Amino acid sequence: MFEAIAFYLFAALTIGMFTITVMTSQALYALTAMAAGMIFISAFFFMLGADFLGVVQIIVYTGAVMALYAFGMMFFDTTRTLVEKRNNPRIIFILGVMAAALIVFILVSPIISTHLEARYPIEAAFGNSQAIGMILFTKFLVPFELSAVMLLVAMIAGIVLAGKKMDKSLTLMAEEEIALMSATQAPKDTEEGAH
Amino acid sequence: MEITLAHYLVLSGVLFAIGLIGVMRRKNLLMLFFATEILLNATNIGFAAIAHFHNDLTGQMFAFFIIAIAASEVAVGLGLLIVWYKRTGKIDLDIMTSMRG
Repeated sequence: MFEAIAFYLFAALTIGMFTITVMTSQALYALTAMAAGMIFISAFFFMLGADFLGVVQIIVYTGAVMALYAFGMMFFDTTRTLVEKRNNPRIIFILGVMAAALIVFILVSPIISTHLEARYPIEAAFGNSQAIGMILFTKFLVPFELSAVMLLVAMIAGIVLAGKKMDKSLTLMAEEEIALMSATQAPKDTEEGAH
Repeated sequence: MEITLAHYLVLSGVLFAIGLIGVMRRKNLLMLFFATEILLNATNIGFAAIAHFHNDLTGQMFAFFIIAIAASEVAVGLGLLIVWYKRTGKIDLDIMTSMRG
């Protein structure tokens, strides 16, 4: 009973918040509505017994991702009303709903048709965090390490692309400027190396 | 009244539809990124629900890796967006026509 009340309450809140995110013309409203929607989604994870996933959702999304987007909004100066040209609004709604229904059908049909068996069943003896740690560091160790390498690559890419010294950045310069810079830098580097 | 797997999957589908509408509707690139975050979160709800109702932890593992992918996507995407903004002064999707597609 209480689960049903909580489910419908949070479902309505999440759908409302994400609708605001998609529909509003104010970038600040979109950002705050999406942060609220992320928090409400973590409530579903707690209801589903995935406590660790809910905590990670709050920390990663409303802690890290939202801070990055807030930084981006300050940088891009999108506090004004967004002006967006739209050609055909109705076909977008029809296409979106149709594609989502198709994806739900594709994902649900194997579950309905065959009887699925749990490969890594949830043990009642452990808590959720403990069970996740045991599975993650045994069965999913290689994907875990690969995702760590991916996060490192993403961090380095973010630093290189959005670094402070953008006047010297290779991503913004033309080929001739890079050749010119490396030509003028090269004698100085060898001089420093000699000392 | 009991909440079943179908309830969660319908919710996941509705949120995915909202995200898809946003992806097709938005022309500002930052707003487009918001819509992709909604798509990833909608799939996360579906994975967590299936993990719960089939008593299997694999769904939660996939949700973790999706969160990691979303975080790195934001970092690289915002970096690229900053480079584009410094070059052109706009983050509008309609002026990104340098490939004449």
